Amino acid sequence: MAINTDKNSYTFIFAIIMVVVVGALLAFVSSSLSGTISENIRLEKQQNILYAMGVNNNDEGSVEFISTSEVAQVFNQYIKKQLVIEGDQITEDKEAFLIDLKKEAERAKNGEARRLPVFIGEKEGKTFYVLPMLGKGLWDAIWGYVALDDKLVIQGVFFDHKGETPGLGANIKQRFFMDDFTGESILKNNDIVGVKVIKGNNDPLNNDKLDNEVDALAGATITGNGLSAMLSDSFKLYENYLNSILVQ
Amino acid sequence: MGLLSKKDAALIKDPLFDNNPITIQVLGICSALAITAELKASIVMGLSVLFVLGMGNVVISLMRNIIPSKIRIIVQLVVVAALVIIVDQVLKAFAYELSKTLSVFVGLIITNCIIMGRFEAFALGNGPWKAFLDGIGNAGGYAIILVIIGFFRELLGSGTLLGFQVLGDPIAKTGVYALGYENNGFMLLSPMALIVVGLIIWVQRARNPKLQESH
Repeated sequence: MAINTDKNSYTFIFAIIMVVVVGALLAFVSSSLSGTISENIRLEKQQNILYAMGVNNNDEGSVEFISTSEVAQVFNQYIKKQLVIEGDQITEDKEAFLIDLKKEAERAKNGEARRLPVFIGEKEGKTFYVLPMLGKGLWDAIWGYVALDDKLVIQGVFFDHKGETPGLGANIKQRFFMDDFTGESILKNNDIVGVKVIKGNNDPLNNDKLDNEVDALAGATITGNGLSAMLSDSFKLYENYLNSILVQ
Repeated sequence: MGLLSKKDAALIKDPLFDNNPITIQVLGICSALAITAELKASIVMGLSVLFVLGMGNVVISLMRNIIPSKIRIIVQLVVVAALVIIVDQVLKAFAYELSKTLSVFVGLIITNCIIMGRFEAFALGNGPWKAFLDGIGNAGGYAIILVIIGFFRELLGSGTLLGFQVLGDPIAKTGVYALGYENNGFMLLSPMALIVVGLIIWVQRARNPKLQESH
């Protein structure tokens, strides 16, 4: 092959062809898979919401969601209402679980009203209020779903993250951490304060459910602080609604 | 694979031990420190790099005669980034759970200096089959060290292996914890990974004096 690969014209042509070919390839892959991917994301949200209110296939120690093949049906069975809070207005919306919290936060920044989804579920005659939330960890976004009862006691949580450190911050989605939240009240002297992730507290087994504290993860201080902030910020957003469902 | 010539076999075997990318060339340290707090992550990362480096080396080797030398680094970056993105998209569509486990690694793979190093040092000057063997060998050497580090960090830091509590329950005080043993939380932090790498380097060079640099 006698191509002079050092010529400027060759370099330019090569670069242009490479960019076009790679760009086309990536665009093709992305557009042909996007349907399947968004369906996966949709099912995952339903799985997460159900997980938080205790509808899951957990055995001891594992995190097992309702399988993707039946989650859509189970979701309709347990989730009785999906509400959207916008300012003082509360409307029902069958697709509220698809609301993108990040976009809503940006809207709020631009001075527009933020849409806040609430999922009302019923299991064994008990009503659960599942709130979605979004926050910042150490490296990237963290998010979660918290299921409350009408006394504002946490009935279950599900946390997830985009890129926390494996073995450290990534453990927020492990059972031993998430299970600690169950039974914690988010009230303190009748004010909504949330639950904090605390280092070195005197209650590592988490027997005290009224202290608004759970034991932190070793080596994950910033993720833990981000999680505490996410909880208290989100509960603040829902404050009026939560006060309206609170049964003293 | 039994038909490999001696030279070809050396392409795989050398980087596994005597020319290991982490302990001898000291490349790829950043990811070796960042994600080895548990064994599972180490294995997943090792396999991902194995795939990307094997494929990438072949692609670069096939293109070696037409890549303009002035922009070869950019071409290498584009190849590895495109490969990683395609893998990521395919996993998201067909193995969603696995793709979530991998999410944090995707960026780390693209920036892994072993990959650029092998493209530059080997694939640009050798045929695709040799380049493939070299890629597998180097990624294998990287994976071995990651697994060793991950094994010790998870065992001593969390008392678990692949998530199973092999040393007993630290809270209920069973197994070795009943004897007063405690997990060393320091093992979970990256400085200890560096110390483990140092220990591996020490052991390796003590066993094979040829590897010691003269001063």
